[in-house]
Amino acid sequence: MAHHVLEMPVDEAQARALKVGDTVTLERTLFGIRDATLIAMFDRGRTTRFDLKGHAVVHTAPNVRKVDPRPGNACPYEPLCIGTTTSMRMERFTRPLMQRDGVRIIIGKGGMGQGTLDAFRDLGGAYLAVVGGAAALETTWIETIEDVDMDDLHPESLWKFRIKGFGPLLVTMDSHGGSLHSDVTAAAMARRDAILAKLGAVGPARA
Amino acid sequence: MQLDPNEVEELAKALYVRALKLLPPDIKRGFERLTRDETDSTARTILGTMVENIAVAERTNNLLCQDTGIPIYNVTIGRNVDFDGVALQAAIRRGCERATREHPLRSSVVHPITRKNEQTSCGVRIPIINVDFDEREETVAVEMIPKGSGSENGSFLQMLIPADGAAAIKRFVIDRVIECGGRVCPPTIVGVGIGGTSDLCMHLAKIAATRPLGTTCPDAEGARIEVELSEAVNELGIGPQGLGGRATSFRVHVEVAATHITMNPVAVNIQCHSARRAVGLITPGGVSFV
Repeated sequence: MAHHVLEMPVDEAQARALKVGDTVTLERTLFGIRDATLIAMFDRGRTTRFDLKGHAVVHTAPNVRKVDPRPGNACPYEPLCIGTTTSMRMERFTRPLMQRDGVRIIIGKGGMGQGTLDAFRDLGGAYLAVVGGAAALETTWIETIEDVDMDDLHPESLWKFRIKGFGPLLVTMDSHGGSLHSDVTAAAMARRDAILAKLGAVGPARA
Repeated sequence: MQLDPNEVEELAKALYVRALKLLPPDIKRGFERLTRDETDSTARTILGTMVENIAVAERTNNLLCQDTGIPIYNVTIGRNVDFDGVALQAAIRRGCERATREHPLRSSVVHPITRKNEQTSCGVRIPIINVDFDEREETVAVEMIPKGSGSENGSFLQMLIPADGAAAIKRFVIDRVIECGGRVCPPTIVGVGIGGTSDLCMHLAKIAATRPLGTTCPDAEGARIEVELSEAVNELGIGPQGLGGRATSFRVHVEVAATHITMNPVAVNIQCHSARRAVGLITPGGVSFV
């Protein structure tokens, strides 16, 4: 159970060094991405002017305030509240995001599926769990919004954040086949029949 | 009392922001209870982060969660209130838009087919405005619920049949809680609707999911199922954020309605740990927050 401080971006070896149960704090740069951004990139063929190679993306769409560009920062937004959304909806985009754009780390909540786990194994990546809903706290880890791309999708734009001490986050999926999310689900399934027996409700699961 | 649409508009605006920033006291007490009973160390850390977040939001005057939700306004009109219903609905919509523009808030609402975001938190039939009536003299209560999507995506309806019995209702709830895992941002309030028509059953689940902690289903049979299922879901080991532990849910809430002789419907609607709501009252003396 190691703690890693990662100055973003990272390389494949650094991503593969992350193991389920480790904790991570990220420094420097983090990108925000979510449903509409990924649909635009991978279903509609759009590309970003950002270089995502070796970077981490957090599943988010922030609350921002429009501001005039100021010295040292041309981005017309300042952060108000930035938190993390449920990752599973973005499951089918993990592999192309890693393959085409070189993303190494995904930060989200609720975990992701087998496709993501396979992509981590094949390409070298990891999933870090944020405490969902703790956005006021998460916002204190973000220094500023450095840039934004695809802002016609606002608020589901591609955001570039400058971060300071983003974490600690728990590694819950790694490149070695480990997933705390599937472990917990398997344990719940193993308890299911005994719990249903106590309720007098034993029976097959139905969709 | 003559209801003033301007007063309603200002209240609708204030309640949206207030709901997003201040967690109700019953949910804070719920966190204390869950923390007391939690033995898993990861789960205790996560609960601690959630409680810290509530304090950070208050200290920094920030939103608890970035998800501004789908805005729901529950309006309850008491006795001897004169009101123009059309003006009332328009006032709530304006208040919701103004909160979004003036705070500003992220507009989380899009057209369901074009996915166009009007950046106003409003759209076709949104905000949801439910109107009901009660016995309070010259009182209008407005409850605002910004319903987060992570937990709203944990919504299910099953038209069971009478031969399935109440056992199938309980099994359905347990299986859906397992299926949702950490995606619905546990610890949750699991709202369960039993009976009615399909649409009423789903609405009952929403009423149950957004009911304050410490309240009980008014129907005795429903209340019994609440107790049983509340214990059962916290034995699954899903825990806060689905990362293991006891604290899967604050509570399972049940609401019931009579149903058809051929029907046995059950619905689940989940509320996340950021179980936000704010209530304001309009009386002849002015506006107050509950």
